[in-house]
Amino acid sequence: MSSELRYTANTQLEHLHARYTGTGHADLTKYDWVTHQHRDTLSSIVGHPTLTSYLAIADGESIGRVRFEMTERMLQPCGPPPRKDED
Amino acid sequence: MHLYNLTLQPPSAVTQAIVGNFSGARQQEIIVSHGTRLELLRPDVQTGKLSTVIASDVFGSIRSLAAFRLTGSTKDYAIVGSDSGRIVILDYDPKTSSFVKLHQETFGKSGARRIVPGQYLATDPKGRSVMISATEKAKLVYILNRDAAANLTISSPLEAHKNSAIIHHIVGLDVGFENPLYAALEVDYTESDQDPTGEAFNNAEKMLTYYELDLGLNHVVRKWSEPTDPRANLLVQVPGGQIASSDRFDGPSGVLVCCEDHIIYRHMDRQQHRVPIPRRQHPLEDPGRGIIIVSAVMHKMKGAFFFLLQSEDGDLYKVTIEHEEDEVRALKIKYFDTVPVASSLCILKSGFLFVASEFGNHYLYQFQKLGDDDNEPEFSSTSYPSFGMANSSSPLPHAHFRPRGLDNLALADELESLDPILDSKVMNLLPNSDTPQIFTACGRGARSSFRMLRHGLDVEESVSSELPGIPNAVWTTKRREDDPFDSYIILSFVNGTLVLSIGETIEEVQDTGFLSSAPTLAVQQIGADALLQVHPQGIRHVLADHRVNEWRVPQGKTIVTATTNKRQVVVALSSAELVYFELDLDGQLNEYQDRKAMGSTVLALSVAEVPEGRQRTPYLAVGCEDQTVRIISLDPESTLEIISLQALTAPPSAICIADMLDASINKTQPTMFVNIGLQNGVLLRTVLDPVNGQLTDTRTRFLGTRPVRLIRVTIQKNPAILALSSRSWLNYTHQNLMHFTPLIFENLDYAWSFSAELSPEGLIGIAGSVLRIFQVPKLGMKLKQDAIPLSYTPRKFISHPTNRYFYLIEGDHRVAGEPGVEKRLQELRQAGKSIDEEMLELPAEVFGRPKAPAGTWASAIRIIDPVEAKTVAMIPLDNNEAAFSLAVVSFSAREGELHLVVGTAADTLVSPRSCKSGYLRTYKFTDDGAGLELLHKTETDDVPLAVLGFQGRLAAGVGKALRIYDIGKKKLLRKVENKAFATAIISLTTQGSRIIVGDMQESVHFAVYKPPENRLLVFADDSSPRWISAVTMVDYNTVAASDRFGNVFVNRLDPKVSDQVDDDPTGAGILHEKGQLMGAPHKTKLLCHFHVGDLVTSIHKVSLVAGGREVLLYTGLHGTVGILVPFVSKEDVDFISTLEQHMRTEQGSLVGRDHLSWRGYYTPVKAVVDGDLCETYARLPGSKQSAIAGELDRTVGEVLKKLEQLRVGASGF
Repeated sequence: MSSELRYTANTQLEHLHARYTGTGHADLTKYDWVTHQHRDTLSSIVGHPTLTSYLAIADGESIGRVRFEMTERMLQPCGPPPRKDED
Repeated sequence: MHLYNLTLQPPSAVTQAIVGNFSGARQQEIIVSHGTRLELLRPDVQTGKLSTVIASDVFGSIRSLAAFRLTGSTKDYAIVGSDSGRIVILDYDPKTSSFVKLHQETFGKSGARRIVPGQYLATDPKGRSVMISATEKAKLVYILNRDAAANLTISSPLEAHKNSAIIHHIVGLDVGFENPLYAALEVDYTESDQDPTGEAFNNAEKMLTYYELDLGLNHVVRKWSEPTDPRANLLVQVPGGQIASSDRFDGPSGVLVCCEDHIIYRHMDRQQHRVPIPRRQHPLEDPGRGIIIVSAVMHKMKGAFFFLLQSEDGDLYKVTIEHEEDEVRALKIKYFDTVPVASSLCILKSGFLFVASEFGNHYLYQFQKLGDDDNEPEFSSTSYPSFGMANSSSPLPHAHFRPRGLDNLALADELESLDPILDSKVMNLLPNSDTPQIFTACGRGARSSFRMLRHGLDVEESVSSELPGIPNAVWTTKRREDDPFDSYIILSFVNGTLVLSIGETIEEVQDTGFLSSAPTLAVQQIGADALLQVHPQGIRHVLADHRVNEWRVPQGKTIVTATTNKRQVVVALSSAELVYFELDLDGQLNEYQDRKAMGSTVLALSVAEVPEGRQRTPYLAVGCEDQTVRIISLDPESTLEIISLQALTAPPSAICIADMLDASINKTQPTMFVNIGLQNGVLLRTVLDPVNGQLTDTRTRFLGTRPVRLIRVTIQKNPAILALSSRSWLNYTHQNLMHFTPLIFENLDYAWSFSAELSPEGLIGIAGSVLRIFQVPKLGMKLKQDAIPLSYTPRKFISHPTNRYFYLIEGDHRVAGEPGVEKRLQELRQAGKSIDEEMLELPAEVFGRPKAPAGTWASAIRIIDPVEAKTVAMIPLDNNEAAFSLAVVSFSAREGELHLVVGTAADTLVSPRSCKSGYLRTYKFTDDGAGLELLHKTETDDVPLAVLGFQGRLAAGVGKALRIYDIGKKKLLRKVENKAFATAIISLTTQGSRIIVGDMQESVHFAVYKPPENRLLVFADDSSPRWISAVTMVDYNTVAASDRFGNVFVNRLDPKVSDQVDDDPTGAGILHEKGQLMGAPHKTKLLCHFHVGDLVTSIHKVSLVAGGREVLLYTGLHGTVGILVPFVSKEDVDFISTLEQHMRTEQGSLVGRDHLSWRGYYTPVKAVVDGDLCETYARLPGSKQSAIAGELDRTVGEVLKKLEQLRVGASGF
């Protein structure tokens, strides 16, 4: 790959990442990947009325509460990020 | 295999409701979203009843709805946010009675995605713009306006995105005519994603951000952003803006931020006000548990406004704001009333509150008062330091109220809803019923119910009275043409006629001019003020002054049958001759000079009603003994000439011509139908061409075992036909389409319309010697529901093989069972607390039960007698145990004695799934199944989510393990185990030595038990992971199953593999075979796949019509009942699939979702045709209908007939 090509490909990729939150790339860490997945899942649950009803019945909470807690959990679904190695 | 999907009962859950003047009339209407369906409801202000105007499938998932109105307009539009990646503006067109898509703007990919808008909608109160938002980042603003021709226009979208922000809610602010302003509740996750210490996460702030749409510059700016309570979940618009005429402010503008335990008033650069959400003064209330507001509504009246907020317990709070100009002085909150927890609240200007319940029936309440001058404690922000904001991060002291029965509201109407259906069975348990009933376990918590669904219309009986003999016919008649109500009831007996007059009482009268010594064949109010009686010897024309003109039958002949309308009379003589009379302008009945010889005994006659403004109806239908029906002209040019003839398969017993509206045939005018009832119980319905009198488009339907009788009646001012056989059916027009539904009522021998002051739209019928007067209150209803209340959320139920009882397990998480409650009260009493006994006696079905911490369960086993519709016995479970599965098992170690095994678990946590200990409770049946006696409890290491009787022993799915137990003296004894399942076994089904295992996440596994080696082996599974929710075996090698995402699919095992496994005596072959794709050695093949759109909770293979084919019936969580019908021939498959293709292009989804991608949401749709889409063919405009029919090389009638055949043949609906 010529340097020029790499350059354009990268900017395009960056653009895509900025535009489409949740798009993966080669250097994605496991944490980022799983966090994205959880956020996608949680927002999908919130977005599908049958799934919120289902969870509300299973958990004995109101649908409004389930939706609220799911959205709250999107902030950090998989705990804090791992510490980066200082090398 | 190719299947045809048909919805019998559409979903009844309401996910959102909006109110507005959608038809542009002065009356307000409600649009409710059923998730995949939109319905327009119209409340009747006088009676307080809700009626459905239209309902249509949208073939997509509706996520948000908003109503808006352009400034100065009188009509509201509905904006729909869905999973189509498009914003859609719908208009209700009252002329065609349909939703019309005005605008459809694409902005993103389809699917309910994180950053594709559609989740939230907010409109500017002045109708100038709309904001549509995703759960993260994306917000789009569209400007709405009108063009020169006053049509609604929509702009291209303006972005108001904020990267890495999670959006909790958005709302449009009321700013009058200043630039539109939107408020959003957002949390930014950039920092917490970077901070490994978790500190950023703990300090993450929830921001209340204002976005301003600058109409001049045509762009959106972030105007203001301030942190608010971190547990805020909902925003409510506060009125604002100035009235143009005076300088008064409508309100202070801004938003109410609903947080856990608090309500905050907030506006840019203004003082905040905070009040606590009052809590119930209940002795068992957990003070540590937060309360959130789940739904809210603001209502503006002249010069005032208030809010109704509803907590997750169902308590309504009235919130008011005291303001001076645009400055808030106080925010006040007080308890209002308690209603079921709602997904949406709507206040109508006529003084009604519509509560769209999140589960169960929906309610319409009428406001009795607004809670202004009662003794409820009111909490004002002025009674707290700095209006409650002195220390905004710490909670305010708890405020309390005492819940009580309805005080400000009164129930006006109830809409039945099956939502949620958690389990079902299809069986025929009722005596004298030839079709099965659907038994469903519905509802949530204390409002749960067990419902029996029967196909048919509900009938309300108002009078039932015994008669001296057995009449063979009944009529009612007015005395004069313009009378509003009927005056006489005429009963015909074998040897006489009885006339009753309808007044304050119903009593016999003599002086009516009717002949009482002979039976009657027909009664008619004729001309302006005369009456007519046809009896075997002649016709009596009773004039207004009681003079009688009598026409006598020639010697030696009698009248065998007659038909009449307001101007015409036709009688058939025993000599097979027809005599025709017509009323002339002087009110004289004149006989036509010729008599028509038919050549075969006439069995039935019918003429239609005289069309408005005409002299006569031109056609007469004559049914003869030679199995023919002839259409005879009554036109003066060609009187009594035979026009057309139709041959029948049996002698006719009744004919009825009626003009009824059926939009599938003719949108504007009623169609003339000739209904022919045969002696073998079959009904033929043909269309009579009004121009040439030819009979076309014959449809047949089997009604019952007795000869059919047909009666023309009036239902809700429209003509309808009662068809009586061994069941009574009603053929009527509802929402412009023809319906044919049985009445759930005693078999009638004869019936007629009945109209009196007390029952203006009634029917009168005779059953044996009993006279009954009744009404059909709810037209359009297909399934009648009879409910038995339950205590907790039902989980599963089963039937007993020999007795008629159902055994049902119910349980609620986060609710303390009765033993737990008692214990807690004891503790409180011992601690010296005084206990408010009154609070403990509040009915749980209204107020719910106090919430307990996670891991607390209330559960019971209930025995139900479905025929008597009552609970026979209830066995509560103690020790915080909850029941999850049950089965009736015949243990061969006990000579096949039947036992009930219930899988329970103690201290169960839902997520992550865990328990202290699981149990298998073994019960013995006592009192012929009406009681249970606990034999023993067997401990298990995990929750037994599935149990099943298997070859005289018990198969149990305990967590990841499948085990077989045999019965012992003190315990069940484990015989064999297979622990190789992926997640948890949730369903078991068996045939022979094969067990079909449904795994929670990993689809369906085929296992086999090999007794010689005592091995339990999995030999086949599915190649795709699926979150199974219900499984049934279609045949030995085929399973139909559903998953959590709304799919139904059919998998089949290769018969060769099946034989190979069955032929292997020890299972050694399977044991040593190599696994495939990290699973079993064999894979099943996917045959059919379809996305229903509702979470399917049970599937059954049943036959719904007597002698009909077997179909797959499923029930959905949101209340759907549907069927999958296998096609019989390749031609049908080709025909219907092509029709479906055409329908996809013609009938776009109302929310803009591509139909093919909706039905193939997760996996492409395979070998299933969407019958709901095909059936909308009937609603297409005539030109499109014929174009599609032309493409298919059929006529429109043939296409409609095929669709009806598929529906009726499979379901009888």
